[in-house]
Amino acid sequence: MPAIQAPLLAIEGLRVRVGDREVLSGVDLMIAEGETHVLLGPNGSGKTTLLNTILGMPGYEVLGGDIRFRGASILRLSIDERARLGIGIAFQRPPAVRGVRLRQVMVAAAGGELADDDVSRISDELELDTMLDRDVNMGFSGGEAKRSEMGQLLAQKPALSLFDEPESGVDLDNIAVVGGAIQHLLRGASASDPRRGGLIITHTGHILKYVTADVGHVLYEGTIACKGNPLDLIGDITRQGYEKCVECATCRQ
Amino acid sequence: MQTVETQIAVENASPTTLERLAEIQRLAEAAAEKPAALGPDVDVSAFRTVSEQQHIESLESLDKQVRETVLMSGFTADESERSASYFQMDRTPIYERVAEAFGGAIEIMGTEDALRRYPDEMAEKWWWRAVAPDKDKYTALVALHQTEGYFIRVKAGQKVEKPIQACLFISESNVSQNLHNVIVVEDGAEANVITGCNISHGVKEGLHAGISEFYVGKNASLTFTMVHNWDKEFSVRPRTAVVVDDDGVYINNYVLLRPVRSIQAFPVARLEGVRSRAVFNTIVTGLEDSVIDLGTETQLIGEGSRSEAIARTVSRDHSVVYSRGRLIAKTNNCKAHLDCRGIVQSENSTQWAIPDLASEGAPGAELSHEAAISPIAAEEVYYLMSRGVPKDEAVSMITRGFLNLEIPGLPPALRARIDDAIAEASRESM
Repeated sequence: MPAIQAPLLAIEGLRVRVGDREVLSGVDLMIAEGETHVLLGPNGSGKTTLLNTILGMPGYEVLGGDIRFRGASILRLSIDERARLGIGIAFQRPPAVRGVRLRQVMVAAAGGELADDDVSRISDELELDTMLDRDVNMGFSGGEAKRSEMGQLLAQKPALSLFDEPESGVDLDNIAVVGGAIQHLLRGASASDPRRGGLIITHTGHILKYVTADVGHVLYEGTIACKGNPLDLIGDITRQGYEKCVECATCRQ
Repeated sequence: MQTVETQIAVENASPTTLERLAEIQRLAEAAAEKPAALGPDVDVSAFRTVSEQQHIESLESLDKQVRETVLMSGFTADESERSASYFQMDRTPIYERVAEAFGGAIEIMGTEDALRRYPDEMAEKWWWRAVAPDKDKYTALVALHQTEGYFIRVKAGQKVEKPIQACLFISESNVSQNLHNVIVVEDGAEANVITGCNISHGVKEGLHAGISEFYVGKNASLTFTMVHNWDKEFSVRPRTAVVVDDDGVYINNYVLLRPVRSIQAFPVARLEGVRSRAVFNTIVTGLEDSVIDLGTETQLIGEGSRSEAIARTVSRDHSVVYSRGRLIAKTNNCKAHLDCRGIVQSENSTQWAIPDLASEGAPGAELSHEAAISPIAAEEVYYLMSRGVPKDEAVSMITRGFLNLEIPGLPPALRARIDDAIAEASRESM
């Protein structure tokens, strides 16, 4: 390992416009290899905008700052180039694609080849059996959609995974399954498995019952207002709300 | 011996049959100039009829290029996976064979031969009984200047798993092939028929007019798959009607993935039997300057009849595609659904989706349709890209998925060929 290793993800001074509104006005966020971070923030604070900008989705115009992945800027790369570099996402509300099956997308996510054994293993873990040969997200329930997203990520095994509200619209049983898979993906299923980076958007923190997170961030009015222990932050927010939380001593430092 | 002036010399026929054949002749003569209700008009006088060809002893003796061409429509010279084969080159059924194992189960021959062998049965039950000879100038053309076609009969109770294959091939330019096909699946029988219509490389202008009359008996089932491989100077006017008896099932799969000058067809399934059922699956790509006007009509006549018609169309270049679907309920207890979806991929291409539902005095009939013409959604493309799939491959994957209907009864080799052709069409769309 080199003495000085570039962080997995380094976001510096990122300013992003969506339509005619500047949604992110100077975001700094750094995730080292193997770390799991949590992104908190009220509705409309720019959390999904941040994820979509990392992915390279059209419509998110970068006005300033940079996003570097393992030291190199990715701003000029297309969505698929970023994915192949090692950035993956579990969408909150993925679109249905008629005629394209979940199994096909998993194979594509794995780079075009995925052994049947691997498909079975992922399918068993996430109970995807009845969904593999259905059109992806077509008529999937909330829980099925989340499990399908996780299945695709487990097939892709990206170095950095983004999760957009993995627990929203999902019952407790499904949260446990999805949470277990996130933990397994990020922390490694076995000792030989590397730890991978993760950034999780959560409102409730329920997912943290299953996933060990290292750092929490509060995105407030387009900037990171606070950084700290994720469980402490969620506790503060639950007690006092976001407005009070970002005024506290830690955040003002 | 009594003779009547018909195109096909029929001996040993009853007076009723001869009278009927003469009537068909008269009706056709009166309709010789009658334009079709739909589709661009074709000047049928511009073509001579196709020529006679030599019989062959084995499909392996077909020219290599011919064999490769017909493979595209699922016709294979390797007959081990087929129960029976019929190959017509231009005017002549050059090869007809039933595999030994199915000797007692299947009859296969040219329709002129069938008419000579079974004149009374043909005339009474099947010959121009489902399609009217005076429907338009194309039916009249076939009635007056018929150039064979296949007769396939699957005997009662015979379940023929291996497909029966038929190929209608045109090797000449500036000709019309005027076919009359008859398929009879007797009570309790099951058959899977794959038909390919093909033309030689380099064939220019021409017309393919084809009458198809299919009869599905009680508790019988017919899966009929047709793959069309035409070229941009060819006009095609099929006229198809299918009659389904009690508890019978008719499944129609149609695939058009190559350019054509114009094709117009509106096959009709008449569900006369109680609990009879029809399924239509249609996959069409409109390419170059093709004018494609395809529909399916189901008449729900028998109590408890059901039908489903699914069409997927992708159009490009300067093509014009009409996707029609018609459901006509004539009985109270029936149910049918239409689903036609199209993607227009060129600013110079036009698509029409025309669903058409009627309940004729059937207050309890349930008819429904979904018709949509819309582009590939950008968010679906981005979704696949976010899994690492490059944009062009993502579009191709979605187009392929869109066209890739679950078609039952397709032999794997034909499925693979259709997949290849769809993949090719999807790639070209980038």
